[in-house]
Amino acid sequence: MPTVKGDGMRGLAVFISDIRNCKSKEAEIKRINKELANIRSKFKGDKTLDGYQKKKYVCKLLFIFLLGHDIDFGHMEAVNLLSSNRYTEKQIGYLFISVLIGANNDLMKLVIQAIRNDLAGRNPIHITLALQCVANIGSREMAEGLSVDIPKLLVSGDTIDSVKQSAALTLLRLLRSSPDSIPMGEWMSRIIHLLNDQHMGVVTAAASLIENLVKKNPEEYKGCVSLAVSRLSRIVTSSYTDLQDYTYYFVPAPWLSVKLLRLLQNYPPPEDPAVKTRLSECLETILNKAQEPPKSKKVQHSNAKNAVLFEAINLIIHMDSDPNLLVRACNQLGQFLQHRETNLRYLALESMCLLATSEFSHEAVKKHQETVITALKTERDVSVRQRAVDLLYAMCDRTNAEEIVGEMLEYLESADYSIREEMVLKVAILAEKYAVDYTWYVDVILNLIRIAGDYVSEEVWYRVIQIVINRDDVQGYAAKTVFEALQAPACHENMVKVGGYILGEFGNLIAGDPRSGSAVQFQLLHSKYHLCSPATRGLLLSAYIKFINLFPEIKHIIQDVLRSDNNMRNADVELQQRSIEYLQLSSITTADVLATVLEEMPPFPERESSILAKLKKKKPSSVPEGSEQKETTASKIPAVQMSNNVDIAPPTSINLMSQADELVSFSEAPPPSVFTFDSGPAPSAGGQSITLQGFDVGESSTDDFVDQGSPQGGSASVDLLGLGSPTQPTAPSVGSGGLLDMFDTLTSHSSAPATNGIDLGGLSGGAEEAFRKFICKNNGVLFENDLLQIGVKSEYREDLGRLWVFYGNKTTFQLNAFLVDVSTPGNLSESLSIQQKPVGGEVEAGAQVKQQFNMACVQEFAEAPVMTIQFLYSGAQQKISLKLPVVLNKYITPAEMDANTFFTRWKALNSPSQECQQIIKATSPIDHEQVKAKLIGFSVSVLEKVDPNAENFVSAGILYTRNQQVGILLRLEPNKQAQMYRLTVRASRDKVAKILCDLMQTQL
Amino acid sequence: MIGGLFIYNHKGEVLISRVYRDDIGRNAVDAFRVNVIHARQQVRSPVTNIARTSFFHIKRSNIWLAAVTKQNVNAAMVFEFLHKMTDVMAAYFGKVTEENIKNNFVLIYEILDEILDFGYPQNTDTGILKTFITQQGVKSQSKEETSQITSQVTGQIGWRREGIKYRRNELFLDVLESVNLLMSPQGQVLSAHVAGRIVMKSYLSGMPECKFGINDKVLMESKGGKSGQDDTRGGGYVKNTSGLYSKPSSSTKTSIAIDDCQFHQCVKLSKFETEHSISFIPPDGEFELMRYRTTKDISLPFRTIPLVREVGRQKMEVKVVVKSNFKPSLLAQKVEVRIPTPLNTSGVQVICMKGKAKYKASENAIVWKIKRMGGMKECQLSAEIELLNTNDKRKWTRPPISMNFEVPFAPSGFKVRYLKVFEPKLNYSDHDVIKWVRYIGRSGLYETRC
Repeated sequence: MPTVKGDGMRGLAVFISDIRNCKSKEAEIKRINKELANIRSKFKGDKTLDGYQKKKYVCKLLFIFLLGHDIDFGHMEAVNLLSSNRYTEKQIGYLFISVLIGANNDLMKLVIQAIRNDLAGRNPIHITLALQCVANIGSREMAEGLSVDIPKLLVSGDTIDSVKQSAALTLLRLLRSSPDSIPMGEWMSRIIHLLNDQHMGVVTAAASLIENLVKKNPEEYKGCVSLAVSRLSRIVTSSYTDLQDYTYYFVPAPWLSVKLLRLLQNYPPPEDPAVKTRLSECLETILNKAQEPPKSKKVQHSNAKNAVLFEAINLIIHMDSDPNLLVRACNQLGQFLQHRETNLRYLALESMCLLATSEFSHEAVKKHQETVITALKTERDVSVRQRAVDLLYAMCDRTNAEEIVGEMLEYLESADYSIREEMVLKVAILAEKYAVDYTWYVDVILNLIRIAGDYVSEEVWYRVIQIVINRDDVQGYAAKTVFEALQAPACHENMVKVGGYILGEFGNLIAGDPRSGSAVQFQLLHSKYHLCSPATRGLLLSAYIKFINLFPEIKHIIQDVLRSDNNMRNADVELQQRSIEYLQLSSITTADVLATVLEEMPPFPERESSILAKLKKKKPSSVPEGSEQKETTASKIPAVQMSNNVDIAPPTSINLMSQADELVSFSEAPPPSVFTFDSGPAPSAGGQSITLQGFDVGESSTDDFVDQGSPQGGSASVDLLGLGSPTQPTAPSVGSGGLLDMFDTLTSHSSAPATNGIDLGGLSGGAEEAFRKFICKNNGVLFENDLLQIGVKSEYREDLGRLWVFYGNKTTFQLNAFLVDVSTPGNLSESLSIQQKPVGGEVEAGAQVKQQFNMACVQEFAEAPVMTIQFLYSGAQQKISLKLPVVLNKYITPAEMDANTFFTRWKALNSPSQECQQIIKATSPIDHEQVKAKLIGFSVSVLEKVDPNAENFVSAGILYTRNQQVGILLRLEPNKQAQMYRLTVRASRDKVAKILCDLMQTQL
Repeated sequence: MIGGLFIYNHKGEVLISRVYRDDIGRNAVDAFRVNVIHARQQVRSPVTNIARTSFFHIKRSNIWLAAVTKQNVNAAMVFEFLHKMTDVMAAYFGKVTEENIKNNFVLIYEILDEILDFGYPQNTDTGILKTFITQQGVKSQSKEETSQITSQVTGQIGWRREGIKYRRNELFLDVLESVNLLMSPQGQVLSAHVAGRIVMKSYLSGMPECKFGINDKVLMESKGGKSGQDDTRGGGYVKNTSGLYSKPSSSTKTSIAIDDCQFHQCVKLSKFETEHSISFIPPDGEFELMRYRTTKDISLPFRTIPLVREVGRQKMEVKVVVKSNFKPSLLAQKVEVRIPTPLNTSGVQVICMKGKAKYKASENAIVWKIKRMGGMKECQLSAEIELLNTNDKRKWTRPPISMNFEVPFAPSGFKVRYLKVFEPKLNYSDHDVIKWVRYIGRSGLYETRC
């Protein structure tokens, strides 16, 4: 509150003290009501209020508003105050307006006019007040209204410095709030020259404005690079005494320096050698200055100095061109690593993380490995430790992997809970990426599970199993190691899972040693059985059945276990089913069959490490994408391979196919037992057979087939099949295609209702084929692949049509930058007018997005519009082009008529251009009802008792276009012996008959 | 059960804090202050749930009383207790104000110790409490007295001690009613009900048994068989009271329909249920004998006829007529009519024939006060309200016109038929007792829409 002496408002002071003295809220409200009534009567009554009074009352209103009461009058008085010439009155007026008058107030026009008057005036104080108000409100209307005045102030020669400063900041505010309403004018080119201004304040304000402009349009302001560099060098080389007011604790203009350095980060390193040298000199000077002893012990001095230094290092990293500078920066950061200021240590680690990705400084960063490890162990602040972990991850390569992984493992035992999971993932990735010796890898992961079992996510142990299965050389070692690990009295459930899986597969490799004989292995696993969750128990049961195959000598022991009430009558349906089925499997089948069914798992298909995907999902920023790519291609580890289909699903059994025939043979030659497939609660036969065969990983697989049945099955079931199809050739057994197909149809059938209850006749093939289906159909699935399902629903009335396209995201990731474009080939745009409703830019995982098209038929057309769908899926651009199923016959309305009329009209349309006749070979056996359905689908009527031959079809319809209506008559004569059709179409307009004839032909 | 009890002043400072159970932490005190007393928006609900803890509060002038619990208690019980608590405090030191609470700090803790035990409410009867919590400090009682108090507090008639003696046996009955009304501008009654209380002051010797008769329809009809006897017996009584203080029971409206009622603990409910008679041994001194509610056949003492005309956007004319609708011989007191004004009122001119009317800006209303007003009279007020143009497009919602008054009759038609006192052990009879009856009708929420 401006309480200038002598100008203080006594009434206001009294009012405020009254309010402060109020004993209760009610008393306060009463006092305010009284005051409001008073002000109302003052504003209403005599119009001759002088400026002082107006100011006082407006001030009171402002105060009341700030207490939280609604103010609905007094705005006009406030606006009147703006025209006053006294500073205090104008100030209160502007204050009231910036606090109370919203952007859409009616008075805004008046306010803007008043502001414009002030801006045009010569009094710098008034101009500054006006600018301040603009900056406070910053509405679009203001931006539009004042877009000329403010830049003019900024570049005009006779504006004083402080006004220029305000103008620059106000313009920045308007650019931020409504960037598109400021017209670009010639001031833009002159604006960069403000960097050369005499007044440091103006330069600082302008630097922010220019950076904002540069972000939008770097090319246009390229000139600012050299200006910024020269300005920077002048600051850097100046002594702190030169800049007087702009020296902050012996650092010359730190804010401006930081802004200039940031501005330069928007451009690549300068090409002009002179500028480049100058910039290098600047950066070197900054680095040199960091070495100088501090000029002051005050914290502000070091803060300012370090702010400039870190921004300079950021610029060095951004340019990434001068090895000398990079190494110097790295050394400088190395010094900070041991600084006693926690913030500095944090920043140093963070910047080093970036430096580690640069090829020039990677080695330099590695020098500090020891320091970083010490930091990790001794640091008190958890966020700093987190950075240290990041840095270790970034600096790791083949040479130091073993050491770093070792250190991280050691630290993991005492690490904070919050970063454990991330650390586990990082250790797992590093161990896999840089493993030369896979026994080391297995050791590391098992250690990981032992130390931090709770934080080992599914992906990590899936991965170790994938690798062990894919690499023959470690299988024996792995079996031995897990066997030893399981001997610990208490081991984590994840360890039991890995142990169960590996022993189930490769237990025979270590069975030779009597200390780890078959019975010992089984007893060891079974001793953990009762401690585990149902999912793990399921896995262990599968391990047992594998044991029956590996070690026939302990078959009876295992059968006893399976037979026990604990399993056979378990409350958990999954366990119960497994026990029963495994028991039957083991007792009925011969050893040969058993051996085939329970064969060792085939190798997993190679794809991107699922752990990496998990880490990315968890912390998108923490994985330096570029370096990853580099490393991936360089490394010869087969496990890491980028693939579009990022799959987090467990290593579900691929054995499926090999067991398919067995399955079939079970059911075809029913054994004299109670072995049935339909006993379980699994939702479909397909799902159930998976249960039986799959040496799968418990819970997650259960989810899979539950999903398969449910309407939104999307991702999971697709995963399962997507995993199946590419490996089909590698499956050891033949004749598995049938089952695969069965799965395919199953999925498509069960997922089709998810879109909109359309029947899906067979599998969706190419776009053309799908398009053809739609000639006689209005709804259905137009396209489907692993990522996207596109469904179509349409309805037509006369010449108008409406089409809805449903885009279903089948992945577990968001599809970004989703864009749909419809183009009309040839002169189709003249015949068909298409209106497209926009569709949002993103499609969430598992979500479905709807888009509507309105299409009016202007005249006949033969082509179909082409729809192009583009989107980003996990960073990769995807493009799908499809024909939109809009065909001419959709605009036909069936017409009924008797034989007489039909033949009269038929004869009337006798010119050759009006008729089109084709002889067609039937693609499928001729069926009367089917053809009739097709004709109705073609939207023409089927007229009975017109043609003397009942086998022949006679149809009529009216084609509605915007320009005219066209009568359509159609005759279809099938010949069952020859499997041929003769199709004759007559239409009252040329060309129409031909188009329709072609369309109909595809359907027969 | 109540876990703790806090008393705050208007600023939210804790005056009294008593925690009865361990599940209530110290931070509960602050939680209530922050979330209720200092809440950004006024908290209207009397029950607030903060972090699985329930706070029940009532406000007396500037004082907040809050009971807190973590359990699922009967909210009505808690509020009843809080009201009783204020009654007890008022009986001890007069008005419940910050000043008084601070001055009687020790006393309040003493009372709290007595009326709540481990969160369970105990005897809250002021008369009894005063026998062992005295304001002069605790006086050591003789062994006899202590045992007497024990037997009395734990005995069957905990509300009355034995051996009371008065030279003059006297009793006072106050029938206090408050009338609530909501009327449409056309004079149609939208809702109306009467909430009544019967407060009795008894100065009777010994352990007298009283019988109370009212003109409740149910009670009268069930007594139909014995009515003749009742009438003869009651005849003398009526003469006694009517000759003195109440008007003779009129024959026009014989009985009323009571929707529901509740009694003081001294009333024998079993007798009420079986014999439909109200009989009791009264506590000594003042107590509330009965509470009731009626909704039918209410004689409304006043009628307000509003007439509001908006003349353009700048001006409004209001005319209000108040008609009194009771016997001309009776006199209403403290009549006050409150006419709300729009929020953008900038000036008001009022003219009225009777009483005083004034525009109170702080309350956004014209307040019209009439000290006395006879029955079957009519008064009129007219006002011109000037309005200021605002940029607020919302229309004024026209809140209802409300009224306050006090009339010397029971608007529900409630009548005391008799009150008989029997004390077989002592030598005074019903006729020797001096009985006083008084009827007061007050306004509750008495509103007319305009």
